[in-house]
Amino acid sequence: MGLLLFDLVLATVVLLLAGTAIFSRNLTHAVMLFMAFGVMMALAWARLAAPDLALAEAAIGAGLTGALCFTALVRQPAALDSKVATSLLPICFVALITAALLFSVWQIPVSPNPALSHEVSVALPQSGVAHPVTAVLLNFRSWDTLLELLVLLLALLGAQQAQSSLTLYAGWSLSLSWSRLLSPLIILLTGYLLWRGAAAPGGAFQAGALLASGLVVLRLNQQLTWLSWQNPWVRLAALSGLLVFVLTGLFSLLWSSSRLWLEWPTAYAGAVILGIESFATLAIAVTLTLLVVGEPTEERADA
Amino acid sequence: MMYLAVAILLSMLLGMWRVIKGPTLLDRLLTIQLFGSAGVAICLILAKALSMPALLDVALLLAVLAAAIPAALVQRLRRQI
Amino acid sequence: MSWLDGLSWFLLLLGLVFFIAGSLGLLRFPDQFSRLHAVTKADTLGLGLVVLGLSIQSSWRETLLMLLIWLLVMCSGAVSCQLLARFSRDAADAEPLISHQEPGQTANSTSPASAPVTKRAE
Repeated sequence: MGLLLFDLVLATVVLLLAGTAIFSRNLTHAVMLFMAFGVMMALAWARLAAPDLALAEAAIGAGLTGALCFTALVRQPAALDSKVATSLLPICFVALITAALLFSVWQIPVSPNPALSHEVSVALPQSGVAHPVTAVLLNFRSWDTLLELLVLLLALLGAQQAQSSLTLYAGWSLSLSWSRLLSPLIILLTGYLLWRGAAAPGGAFQAGALLASGLVVLRLNQQLTWLSWQNPWVRLAALSGLLVFVLTGLFSLLWSSSRLWLEWPTAYAGAVILGIESFATLAIAVTLTLLVVGEPTEERADA
Repeated sequence: MMYLAVAILLSMLLGMWRVIKGPTLLDRLLTIQLFGSAGVAICLILAKALSMPALLDVALLLAVLAAAIPAALVQRLRRQI
Repeated sequence: MSWLDGLSWFLLLLGLVFFIAGSLGLLRFPDQFSRLHAVTKADTLGLGLVVLGLSIQSSWRETLLMLLIWLLVMCSGAVSCQLLARFSRDAADAEPLISHQEPGQTANSTSPASAPVTKRAE
């Protein structure tokens, strides 16, 4: 009864936040409501006993997407007022997509397919990790994860083409020392999430997004001046996740007996996955930071 | 235990009225603070009620982000909006 | 139900009271800075009481983790309260300039140390 009531209230709050975020006439307010929506979605995933998704949603949805949207807002030449759509074509388009989404949701079986989870748990000892989600993401379906890293890199490259420079202002000393105080904790927690990913919820995307939020705060306070696309090492770091992934895949393709693309030898699978995840964390963190902070060309000492 | 979570959720909903109505930008920025502390509390209660200790990590992550994000947003929005 | 459970529930409900108080403050307080105060203080205390109440029923590892979370929220509540208030004060300082001058750069030169004194009275 309590659970049902909680679900009802949570679903109402999520829908309410989504509605107000969409219909808000002021984009700044809409972004804030969207961040609140991210927190509530993280709680919804937590309620559905999916801590992996809750971690990812909290780190990306509630944290970085908000910062990213605000960066986009600051780049707007003038304050844009969102208008109610009047033309018929976009409405039809959105309605079509909504219908397709509803249809695909309808297709999802009410109870999860037991055969699939059974298959995963049978193959789990060969995967090198103890947590089924990590096993699926980095061993059984590592192709998907590889392409996700590629998508992130493409997003960064696209943003690099389009962006204009933004000014970084010197922060109050309070904000600077707070960000400095916070960074060791964030690094520690990143390592914790990454390491725990082998046996429990956690992993490269969550850890990378968390590290990125720490880097963003420091960067916005005019620290870490080396963190720019001009720096070749930073470019290498942004590429490293994909690079290590592909090289490991090629290596195992040539070396292992199975001759299958992205199939890790069982004896080394744990180490391979940890290595890939470490570099993926670094790459995700650097990419997200560059996306949020952009390339500040002019810096003001203090005002 | 879940009734407690419902009650905190409802109090959050109550506070959201101010967040939606405004009138000042600061009122709206308080969203982050409100959802930070109350969201963490709900997550902790969920961890206990569903007996899933992994949700404590989610709460920790939410708390760290609630600490980091205001510093980032304030730096980003200063003299810009 | 032992007295420990009773104590735990007492703390949890007390925490709830502070959460509700924070939300009511957010709704009812007259100006933005006192509303800021309501959320950052009352909710932090509410979270602390909830953490204490839950700790009684938890293992020591979970308790330590929850206490770390509380410490973090306490620090971040205090810091972000300051940051948000200063941000709002600066925005209020800059606004009249923007309205009758070019928006943007001109507002930058006008946040000297004297501004806080005059604006604090609001």
